[in-house]
Amino acid sequence: MAGAMPMHEITERTAAIVDGYLHVEGPLLPILHDVQATFGHVPDAAVEKIADLLNLSRAEVHGVKSFYHDFQTSPAGHHVLKVCRAEACQAVGGDALGDAIQKALGLDWHETSADGTVTLEPVYCLGLCSCAPAVMLDGELRGRLKPRDAEALAAEVRR
Amino acid sequence: MTRVFIPQDAAALSVGADQVALRMQALFDDRDLDVEIVRNGSRGMHWLEPLVEVEIDAQRFAFGPVSDADVSELFEAGFLDGEIEHPLALGLTSEIPYLKNQTRLTYERCGLIDPHSLKDYRANGGMEGLERALTMSPEEIVSEVTESGLRGRGGAGFPTGIKWNTVLKADGDQKYIVCNADEGDSGTFADRMIMEGDPFVLIEGMAIAGLATGATRGYLYTRSEYPHAIDVMREAIDIARVAGLLGKSVLGSGKAFDMEVRMGAGAYVCGEETSMLNSMEGKRGIVRAKPPLPALEGFLGRPTVVNNVLSLASVPAILAKGAAFYKDFGTGRSRGTIAIQLAGNVKYSGLYETAFGLTLGEIVNDIGGGTLSGRPVKAVQVGGPLGAYFPVELFDTVFDYEAFAARDGLIGHAGIVVFDDTVDMLKQARFAMEFCAVESCGKCTPCRIGPVRGMEVLDKIARDENRDSQIELLHSLCDTMKFGSLCALGGFTPYPVVSALTHFPQDFRPTGNQQAAE
Repeated sequence: MAGAMPMHEITERTAAIVDGYLHVEGPLLPILHDVQATFGHVPDAAVEKIADLLNLSRAEVHGVKSFYHDFQTSPAGHHVLKVCRAEACQAVGGDALGDAIQKALGLDWHETSADGTVTLEPVYCLGLCSCAPAVMLDGELRGRLKPRDAEALAAEVRR
Repeated sequence: MTRVFIPQDAAALSVGADQVALRMQALFDDRDLDVEIVRNGSRGMHWLEPLVEVEIDAQRFAFGPVSDADVSELFEAGFLDGEIEHPLALGLTSEIPYLKNQTRLTYERCGLIDPHSLKDYRANGGMEGLERALTMSPEEIVSEVTESGLRGRGGAGFPTGIKWNTVLKADGDQKYIVCNADEGDSGTFADRMIMEGDPFVLIEGMAIAGLATGATRGYLYTRSEYPHAIDVMREAIDIARVAGLLGKSVLGSGKAFDMEVRMGAGAYVCGEETSMLNSMEGKRGIVRAKPPLPALEGFLGRPTVVNNVLSLASVPAILAKGAAFYKDFGTGRSRGTIAIQLAGNVKYSGLYETAFGLTLGEIVNDIGGGTLSGRPVKAVQVGGPLGAYFPVELFDTVFDYEAFAARDGLIGHAGIVVFDDTVDMLKQARFAMEFCAVESCGKCTPCRIGPVRGMEVLDKIARDENRDSQIELLHSLCDTMKFGSLCALGGFTPYPVVSALTHFPQDFRPTGNQQAAE
């Protein structure tokens, strides 16, 4: 986990990531995605290094990082459960599913369980509106869920 | 060799297509059967997903919805012979009315072919448009597209040919084609289906756009919520490059065009074209004021075509079959076909490509089969989170750009979300404001502050505090947002709010909805 990673390692790995994108037009988003995937969040030390290497101010990089929902400030849980909260899912019981999942996990939106097992995120549309309501668990899609499926999802992430 | 098709479309995956494919492969292996499993895109009949098809003598027999638990039973029942008596057997895929009654131009190959087979793609009419475009001058390509009447399918409905002409005429050493695949509207999945089911049509369309405007570089900007579409597109681009469809000399013509995929980072507003351009440049996805138009000063300040996935995916068919062919479909100033997406509480959910001109009622009741819950339809939201809610009384509205605008609505990206009579329209209006507040880029005041005030006002209405004056205030706030916002996010959020207020006033009265929900 990145929390325990020494600062110099974050800096070095970030520098290597940036290096791979220097030929790209508009490299900052791809870099931030890679950093997020590598560390599970975008650490401050990485922001500093990116700013240095792209000749931007730290404020500029921080501004971009904080604009987008995908880039996290603190490490996400081992599992990330994204629950669609948008209209098509609402029309077929999405709110009830969301409530049941919150209850099963004991988490509110954007929270990570104390043991770091799971992070619960709302998402506005997974494009599964014809198989709603839907969630994405660690990149894997699940559609046509019922509130009663919440317990099984919770058991799955705790396993 | 027998071929079995099991979709790898995200909708099919979400309901267990991978598990079905695994179980089936194991079964074929166990029995040493010479059967090839092809992972195709989706046919768009999502209520039948996972939809398994067996190909026999170039005919396809459908079975669905198949779960992994059904696999051995289907096999024992002889599904590899195609025509069998079984509860899951649907007969010839092409004869299923939902599919048979469509006019598939853009989605001609979606679900039919292996998305990564250029051979399949060519065998089904692919590349004909690009090959013809290579024999034409840029001006000729642009006028063909203009003549077809194709309008931007992202929602605004701006004529594609006119946009291309602006970029063609613009001065610049480097021009770009940007494909807007940031399909964030709830109720829409048409772009995703093309990317996952027929990626080469999009690559071909972008290459044609490049030839038409002199742009040699293209970007496809899509959402991080679409990891499967990104994988399929990236692999298809690699295949296209190896095959010489992309690169320094497109199909040996000496004309260059290459492209890559860019992934957004969870910001709805980046579907707005100027915000997208900023995002691609590595900036906050803040909306830019127009002018300058992106066609003149777009990505990195250079002339840029920004087109929706479906606009670009319609181009190969227009070039291959001619402008007149495409223009023959449709009604009024809305020419060609539109990919209607039926979602939410609807029985036959999925994608239905047809010529413009059906009524909303025909779409929801006849094609969609009414609600999934079996309860009466109360409202349908057309055009995503920024689209108006239509009551059943307006079901005679014809599905085209002008007819919807005349009734204070928009067809947007043609997503239709159906709600039954348990929906609380005050709650939906509040959600529209909440969504705008969460997703606003913050540049303009009406969109940054308006929806926050809007939520407060709606909460007061819900608590029956000065209800009449609060409703008046809400209308005034919506006017401010509509006319004062820089882009469609703040500008169109009033559509769902005002339509809910206008068509469902009973839900804004105390205890009104409780009665309706009983």
